[in-house]
Amino acid sequence: MEATYKAPKTLIDTPTHYCPGCGHGTVHRLIAEIIDEMDIRGKTIGLAPVGCSVLAYNYLDIDMCEAAHGRTPSVATGIKRVHPDKVVFSYQGDGDLAAIGTAEIIHTANRGENITVIFVNNAVYGMTNGQMAPTTLINQKTLTTPHGRSEKNDGYPLRICELLSVIEGSRFIARTSMTSPKNIIKTKQLLEKGFKTQIQEKGFSLIEILSPCPVYWRMSSVESLKFIDEEMSKTFPLGIYKDWENQN
Amino acid sequence: MTLTEKNKKYLLTGNEACAEAAIQAGCRFYYGYPITPQNEILTHMTIRMPQVGGTSIQVESELAAINMVYGSAAAGARAMTSSSSPGISLKQEGISYLAGSELPCVIINIQRGGPGLGDISPSQADYFQAVKGGGHGDYHTIVLAPSSVQEMADLVFDAFDLADCYRNPVMILGDAQLGQMMEPVVFNKKYKPVLSKKDWALTGADGRKRNIVKSFYSVKGELEEFNAKLQKKYRQIQAEEVRYEETNTEDADIVLVAYGTCARICKEFLNKNQSLSVKVGLIRPITLWPFPSDIIQKVSERVQAILTVEMSAGQMVEDVRLSVSGRCPVHFYGRTGGGMPTPKEILKKISEIVSVKEKVTCTT
Repeated sequence: MEATYKAPKTLIDTPTHYCPGCGHGTVHRLIAEIIDEMDIRGKTIGLAPVGCSVLAYNYLDIDMCEAAHGRTPSVATGIKRVHPDKVVFSYQGDGDLAAIGTAEIIHTANRGENITVIFVNNAVYGMTNGQMAPTTLINQKTLTTPHGRSEKNDGYPLRICELLSVIEGSRFIARTSMTSPKNIIKTKQLLEKGFKTQIQEKGFSLIEILSPCPVYWRMSSVESLKFIDEEMSKTFPLGIYKDWENQN
Repeated sequence: MTLTEKNKKYLLTGNEACAEAAIQAGCRFYYGYPITPQNEILTHMTIRMPQVGGTSIQVESELAAINMVYGSAAAGARAMTSSSSPGISLKQEGISYLAGSELPCVIINIQRGGPGLGDISPSQADYFQAVKGGGHGDYHTIVLAPSSVQEMADLVFDAFDLADCYRNPVMILGDAQLGQMMEPVVFNKKYKPVLSKKDWALTGADGRKRNIVKSFYSVKGELEEFNAKLQKKYRQIQAEEVRYEETNTEDADIVLVAYGTCARICKEFLNKNQSLSVKVGLIRPITLWPFPSDIIQKVSERVQAILTVEMSAGQMVEDVRLSVSGRCPVHFYGRTGGGMPTPKEILKKISEIVSVKEKVTCTT
C-alpha cells in the first residue's frame, strides 16, 4: 500500500524536548514540509534563537546557526550578505525578538534585509519558567506578573506586525495562529509566502505565529487554543499587514 | 583612493592602514558603528568595499556589528569589525560567542581613555579586557599590539591568518595615538591570503551532512569536554604564536617592558639615553595574548629590575609579575586618562629604582 502522507525528509525523527501542547513542534514540521516541497534543503540556512527553540537544529536537517539572545537577525544578516543566493531564515520567540532583540529586528527590517523571520509569539518566557514577555496580555498572569500584567508597572503588549509594517524596508508582514487545522494550513501558506518573498528577492518578510504554551499559561491544551482564539487574537489580530504583491 | 600598488609608500593614518590591510588580506565583510578615535576605519571601508565587491554596513549598534561578523564568519568569509573602548565593551558578549563557536574574525580596538565615556585620547586601559577574555566564560582572543602605522597594517594580515588557522577571534589592540597619526606604509608585498578550507562553514547542506554552528551544550559532560578542547587549542597558541621584540637586553641592568605607543616612547628613551651609567633594554610584547612570559622570565634572572611602562593604572604589569615570579623587583610607571609617559618621566622613575649617573641630559 502506498503511503499518502509521510514525515518530511527535512524533519529529523527524534524525541521532542518541547512540552505537551507546545506549538513549536508543529511550526518546525511546517518549515520542514515547505523546505521539502520547495526543494531548497541544500540551500537553506536556519538561525536558532535563545529560548525554548534554541534546539531547533535538533529537528531540522539543514545547515543551522545559533545566535546570542535577540541578535538572531544580525547573525542572519551576516550570513545572507555572504550567501545572497541561499535561503536564510531566523526562528525567534517573543522574548528574543520583541524584548532583548528589538533593535536588531527593527533595523534588519529597515535595511530591507532579504531574509525570512519566523516569529513564534506565546506571550511568555517559556525556557526560564514562564516570566512576563513583551507580548504578555494586560491582566495575564505569569511568574513575574502574579497579579496580572499591569499597564502602569509593565507597559503594554508590543505589537510587532503593526510596528514593522510601517517600516519602509519590510515587504511581507503577517500574523497567524496554530489553533485549528484551518489556521495551521493558513500558517503554512503564509510561511511559504515568506520564503517566496526572499527567493524572489523582494526583501524582508516576517510571519508572526500565535502559539500555545499550556504549561506556563497553566491551562490545558484545549483551553490554550481557546485562549489564543478568544483573548490573544484580540490584542494581536490575525491577518496580512503588508504584502509586496498588493503594493503600488 | 586605491592603495593596491605594491612596494609603494602611502602616507596614512593607522586607522586607514589597518582598514586597507584588511581588504588586501581578503576581508570582504565589515560592520561598524561610529566612535572616535577609530572612525577612519569605517569611512575607509565604506569607500573601498564596493570597489572590491565587498560589503560594508554602518549598523545600528555595536551588538549588531559583532553579531553580523559572527554570521559572516559562520558563513565562511573573512569578516571584521572595529571600535574603541566603550564600543568594545558592548561587543564582549558577541566575542564570547565567537570564541565559543570557534569562529575566526578580526576585531580592532583603538583604545581611548576610560572608565565610562572617558575621553578620546590614547589609553591602554583595555588590556585586562583584551587578554583575559573580556566576556563571559573561559576563553581567550589572540591579541596583537602594533606600535607603528606600518605594524597597524602588517599585523592585520597576520590577524586574519591566525584567526583562520586557529578558528579563533583575533584582536588588534591599538590606541588613539596609533589610530590617528600618519606614517608611511608599504603594504605586504608578497601577501596572498592563506584561505583555508572551511568545511565547517554554513553554505547550505547541498550534497553533504548538515553543519551546525553553536556554543550551547545541553548534555551533561559535553561542555566540559568542549572546554578541554578549547584549552588545548589555547596551549598550542601559547606554545607557537608568542611574538616580541628585544632591544639592548643582552647586558641590560634594567629592562623596560612596554607595548604599542608606550614601547615607542621607551625606544625614544633608549635612543636619547645611550650613555647612562645603567644599561637599559626593552622587551616589546607584540602578542599580548599569548603573553611572552618565557623571555621575560629569562631576562628577569639576570637584571637588577624590570620596569613596566603603560598608559594605564597598571594592567600588563600583572602579567609581567606572574612571568617574573619574584626573580627580580618589578616596578611600574603609568599614566591614565589620556596622559602619556615621557622619556623624562621614565628616566626619573629609573633613577628612583637604581642610582643613575646621567652622562647626557634627557631633553624631553
